[in-house]
Amino acid sequence: MADPMRIRAQAAGDKTTVRVLMSHEMETGQRKDSAGKLVPAWFIQEVSATHNGKPVLSAQWGPSVAKNPFLQFVLKGAKAGDKVAITWVDNRGDKRSDEATVS
Amino acid sequence: MMQTRRDMLARSASVAAALAGLGLLPQAAQAAWSQAAFDAKTMGDLMKALGTSGPAESKDVTITGPDIAENGAVVPLGASTTLPAAKRIALLVEKNPAMLAAIFEITEAVEPNLSTRVKMGQSSNVIAVVITADNKVFFAQKEIKVTLGGCGG
Repeated sequence: MADPMRIRAQAAGDKTTVRVLMSHEMETGQRKDSAGKLVPAWFIQEVSATHNGKPVLSAQWGPSVAKNPFLQFVLKGAKAGDKVAITWVDNRGDKRSDEATVS
Repeated sequence: MMQTRRDMLARSASVAAALAGLGLLPQAAQAAWSQAAFDAKTMGDLMKALGTSGPAESKDVTITGPDIAENGAVVPLGASTTLPAAKRIALLVEKNPAMLAAIFEITEAVEPNLSTRVKMGQSSNVIAVVITADNKVFFAQKEIKVTLGGCGG
């Protein structure tokens, strides 16, 4: 299981800015190690976000998203105390979910 | 034992089929992830993979990023649009081995304004593509110069 994500959701009026920092290696499959062998690709493929359990955003990522990916989006109509949850799945089938409260 | 080429081929095909059946091949395990879109090398291929066509440059789409990126491994990119019916937003790096970096499906609960960070192998155009609910495609592009590449090593 990978390290937890850092999620911050801050409400300003009826808009909530959600910032997510995931912890993942994001290997492209193009890089070679010191022995000259290709490092196999290992990256997050799917990301989804829910607001109080309702899906609001989903994404498919390729290997060219940077290491320890950052994602920012703006949620409409969320209030302080609402729950925002983020889930990702990588190409090895590993997954991780984390939740944050809108402040 | 002498192995003929034909035997080898037949065997490797059956092994691959067995792996796929067990869900051990990563791509087979993740059917929702569109391999074709991430394999696309040109805008035309990508549009085909996404089932759309005819991208048009539009000033209603904005791509944000630095003019010069010192480190290609971490390039902040943002895409936003004022188009009301935006449904999917994709970020592309033209000269990366796979053009498509990320594609987002948004709902009405989310503003069509996203930011993330990508890797860039070399100086290239970056493109934000917006696909609307009626399958029209609009894009905006911007050139980013990379001092140090982020792919390979």
